[in-house]
Amino acid sequence: MHPAIDEAVSQAGQIILGKERQIRLAFACLLARGHLLIEDIPGVGKTTLAHVLAQILGLGFQRIQFTSDLLPADVLGVSVYDRESAAFKFHPGPIFAQLILADEVNRATPKTQSALLEAMEEHQVTVEGETRPLPEPFFVIATQNPTHQIGTFPLPESQLDRFLMRIDLGYPDARSERALLQGSDRRSLIAQLKPCVDGRQLAALQENVRNVHISAALLDYLQALLEFTRHSPLYDCGLSPRAGLALLHSAQAWALMEGRDYAMPEDLQVVLPSVAGHRLRFAHGETGAESSSPAQRLLGAVAIP
Amino acid sequence: MRIRLKLNNNTWLLAAIALAIAPHTSRLPIWISLLCLAVGAMRLFQVHLPARWLLITLATATAAGIYATYHTLLGRDAGVALLIAMLTLKLLESRTLRDSMVVIFISYFLLITHFLYSQSIPTGLYLLLVVLVITTALIGLNHPGRQIEPRKLLRMAAELLGQAVPVMLVLFLFFPRVPGPLWGMPGDAYEGMTGLSDSMTPGSISKLSQSGAVAFRVAFDGPPPKPEQRYWRGPVLDFFDGRSWSTTAAPDRKQAGIAVTGDPVSYTLTLEPHNKRWLLALDLPAKLPPASRLGAHYELLADQPVRQRLRYRAVSYPDYQAGLNPGDKEINLSLRLPSFGNLKTREMAGTWKRTAKDDGEIVSRALEMFRSEAFFYSLTPPLLGANSVDEFLFDTRRGFCEHYAGSFVFLMRAAGVPARVVTGYQGGEPNPFGNYLIVRQSDAHAWAEVWLENRGWVRVDPTAAVAPRRIESGLAAALPAGEPLPLLARMDSAWLMQLRMSWDTLNNDWNQWVLGYDQERQYDLLSRLGFEMASWKELAVSLAAGVGALLLVLSGFMLWRRVPVDADPVTVIYQRFCRKLARAGIIRQPNEGPADFAQRTAMLRPDLTLSTASISALYIALRYASHPNASDLRQFGKRVSAFRIK
Repeated sequence: MHPAIDEAVSQAGQIILGKERQIRLAFACLLARGHLLIEDIPGVGKTTLAHVLAQILGLGFQRIQFTSDLLPADVLGVSVYDRESAAFKFHPGPIFAQLILADEVNRATPKTQSALLEAMEEHQVTVEGETRPLPEPFFVIATQNPTHQIGTFPLPESQLDRFLMRIDLGYPDARSERALLQGSDRRSLIAQLKPCVDGRQLAALQENVRNVHISAALLDYLQALLEFTRHSPLYDCGLSPRAGLALLHSAQAWALMEGRDYAMPEDLQVVLPSVAGHRLRFAHGETGAESSSPAQRLLGAVAIP
Repeated sequence: MRIRLKLNNNTWLLAAIALAIAPHTSRLPIWISLLCLAVGAMRLFQVHLPARWLLITLATATAAGIYATYHTLLGRDAGVALLIAMLTLKLLESRTLRDSMVVIFISYFLLITHFLYSQSIPTGLYLLLVVLVITTALIGLNHPGRQIEPRKLLRMAAELLGQAVPVMLVLFLFFPRVPGPLWGMPGDAYEGMTGLSDSMTPGSISKLSQSGAVAFRVAFDGPPPKPEQRYWRGPVLDFFDGRSWSTTAAPDRKQAGIAVTGDPVSYTLTLEPHNKRWLLALDLPAKLPPASRLGAHYELLADQPVRQRLRYRAVSYPDYQAGLNPGDKEINLSLRLPSFGNLKTREMAGTWKRTAKDDGEIVSRALEMFRSEAFFYSLTPPLLGANSVDEFLFDTRRGFCEHYAGSFVFLMRAAGVPARVVTGYQGGEPNPFGNYLIVRQSDAHAWAEVWLENRGWVRVDPTAAVAPRRIESGLAAALPAGEPLPLLARMDSAWLMQLRMSWDTLNNDWNQWVLGYDQERQYDLLSRLGFEMASWKELAVSLAAGVGALLLVLSGFMLWRRVPVDADPVTVIYQRFCRKLARAGIIRQPNEGPADFAQRTAMLRPDLTLSTASISALYIALRYASHPNASDLRQFGKRVSAFRIK
């Protein structure tokens, strides 16, 4: 395993107990230059995870609490008339930070949602005709409440597609919960965390992810997976080429974190539920009959060539 | 893996065409060869292809050039040149797969044209190689966008050709044969064949003697006759114009009767094509091969010019008396001389005629003169002028058999003895491996026949008087040291000689059994297999049935083997490993990654942890890492082979 990331993961693991897989997936998502969507009920540690990541990676952190009356300008920033200089002066919004926690993103109106999502995609914002670049690296962790809760605007599929991964945290297991209940305040623990990786190292790691070798055999497997989603009657629509690239980059990031310079089928299998989970839906009438998710059905159905 | 020469499909195609054209280049005009080279280079370096109008101009100009060179566009040579030029030009407009396919099929067709020039074993082997390369190019073209290793492509092509071999054999053996060639060869195909001609001038036979080419091969039923009896009769020349001897064309004349004594000799003769009508036979032929007749001078004549290798059986009587009662006309024809020239010879012959008591004495005086006076046997005699006989008999006295035979017959006629020149071959080299006699062009010979009262036509060989060893031991022994010799007549090295004889045996078998597999031999084979006098219909039915059965067996075999299509060796070995584990009840799920499988195996069978881990690590490195190496592959194969479950 990569030593710096190893250190980061173990530090994060001391605060968010029993969630090592999710922590690692979050790191993989960051290394693959993607954005992360965490979907879960309130209070399971979504915000804490975002905080921990920002602290460990030494990134500038901003939190935006999405509400139904939040406006795009509240996110992006506004120009205010400055009387002294007799000119409009731009006041950057909370989005001008390296790590954004967009809390309860599905509570805002679609208009505001799309302002955030466009910024995520293009790494820049355009306000009043002027384009401003966002800081690098730029990483958004959005959280969303389960859509059946009251007062939510579910993200449409096209918007979901902009998130590289969607993970859920879930309740901690009994032992972790006991440790959590016994331990000291998480907030003060986060403040004590020291950055393990600086900005340059992070950029280098992101670069290395792209150099992880993908063999023809692995591409065969990936294509078989994509092909299955497109032709199987299980799904109402197949995975897009963008989803294919997302799978590839995530598997590369995972392989790098494992300390390898090549990716293998297991890497794909580990990241696939998080990468493809929010992009796949069972066709009408097809349900997770065996109480498995669409992604798990996919992995079970396609043989490794 | 290792760095390899990148052979893409374009290169295969160009190589195939180059190999298909190569043997023709010695016969092509140089500008066509240069055109081929230029176009090949253009394709090799992927220069932009010319525009359509330029291409049309080029094609027209090329066709015109070929017409200017050969004065025709038809026939063998011009046709082949046109085919090659157009094949080459087709490359200049080959943009799509379809174009390349056309090029491939023209190349296959072009291969057949080589057989118009040579049907020898080396040609056959070479063309087989070219078929392999063309097929490789064909397979490569059918996998567009996929880079297959050259070795793999070659192997696929070789497998395809290998599968075609049984079908080829069945077709060869059972395809209905017709007597004679299946199609006529264009007229220009028979130029440049070597052999005796219908006339003889000083120098013509000595020139032929330089050639080591095989004239014919003979297999005797019994023991072969003694060397001094091996006179192979060819054209008989009875007309002298002062310079050269030739045959008088008089088809109405009948030959005079023959009386034979002694045992006949029967033999099978395989004659190389020479584009003339005469056949060769041992002096004197009695039983004739089919489609032939006996000429007025006991020479064998075929009904058609011999344009392909001809095998025939003949019977001859070495002891014979021929022409005891000839007609006046024949005697007169055998006494004719031009009215001018060679006065000294005529004078000497006149003296002999006056002083000798009979014709036999004149003959022995002439032979005595050749024997006792300073006559020399030579392949490189001095040139002779207008009175060639005088100059030879009294001045130069160096000559080859045609000089001796010609001047001897002249002497006899001038002395009033009927005489004529016989050309043919004398001798032959026994092949110890094949039990047959090889007669080469270097055995070409000329001798004389004189007509004597009560004895008829008697063979007299004046060369034997000058160089007796020519008759007993062949040309090489008879020539004095320092004379230039045809290469194949040299006798210096024993192993070379042995090699030459073995090669000739092989060629002879090839001629007899492959090229000479005709209707007769086919019927022979079929009757041995139990088909008495099979008709065309039966042949066709058995052919179809045979090929069908063969293909059924082949496809059944392939189905049984079920070789996965172009399987990666790494995968194959890993599957073997998985099969071994499956036998122990540890079955890999189709969607189970190798590392996960190794982990599960280790949990189920802790004793296999180490070996499984190392094999899986090698497999993962070979299949998914960026630079797998060959030693890893060997190691992987070895470990899987050694993997045992107790």
